[in-house]
Amino acid sequence: MEEFLVWLVWVVAALALLASGLAVVLFSNPFYSALALIGNLASLAVLYLLLEAEFVAAAQVLVYAGAVVVMFLFVIAYLGGQADTPWAGGPTLQAVAAVVAAGAIAVEVVVVIALQADERLSDAADVGEAFGSPAQIGNLFLSDHLLAFEVTSIVLLVAAVGGVILGSAMPRPRERGER
Amino acid sequence: MLGPGIAAYLVLSVVLFATGALGVLLRRSPLIILLALEIMLNAGNLALIAFARRLGDGDGQIFALTVMVVAAAEAVLGLGLIVAVSRQRADLDVDRLTSLRG
Repeated sequence: MEEFLVWLVWVVAALALLASGLAVVLFSNPFYSALALIGNLASLAVLYLLLEAEFVAAAQVLVYAGAVVVMFLFVIAYLGGQADTPWAGGPTLQAVAAVVAAGAIAVEVVVVIALQADERLSDAADVGEAFGSPAQIGNLFLSDHLLAFEVTSIVLLVAAVGGVILGSAMPRPRERGER
Repeated sequence: MLGPGIAAYLVLSVVLFATGALGVLLRRSPLIILLALEIMLNAGNLALIAFARRLGDGDGQIFALTVMVVAAAEAVLGLGLIVAVSRQRADLDVDRLTSLRG
């Protein structure tokens, strides 16, 4: 029974993940794309929970749905989301090549996984209650991965300073319509 | 482990990555290209966390959290660039941003 419920949750989350991913890519209005990204991130968080990565799932919802998507929505509202229609005027050579390339990536890697998918990929390790908990993540971050943790904070600082500079110190807009 | 095996999560992650790649290649609005980039990074995260579960090792989750932080920084800078470009030009179309072409 529990097995069936897990499968049910997995199938629903997987379908929501793929559908919302396609929606992000194919909506012509960027505002709707950003809203569809919230569904994408939420279904990913469900899959993380099934993989017993509780802290990552919580961070996913907080950082992405809470911060990144809100920032996207503010910028799209500020710029007045201009619609662009990927299929306007029939498929161009570039569009056909894009679909072929993306399909090729998917088929190639799925074939490789199918060739390798024996018991090595189906037998998951036995993990205890603590796996994926904030305590375990914190221990790892402050012991084995302390350098990554500190470098990450510097990356965030540089990005914040860069964002402020990009947003404020640009020269006054020259008259529209040149070029 | 209840439910589908790790291979199912990996296939899902690949299809999601291909969806994001399709968006980056297909669309011309830089905003949607950034959104599709986030999808590609998340597909990588899903594979990392699936392997962390397979190996029973928390290092994959640490890697995924770091990728998340880098994705947030990338979104900040990408959106800053888009806003800066939109102040100079009225239209946002990556095919027409050719000022730096040699």
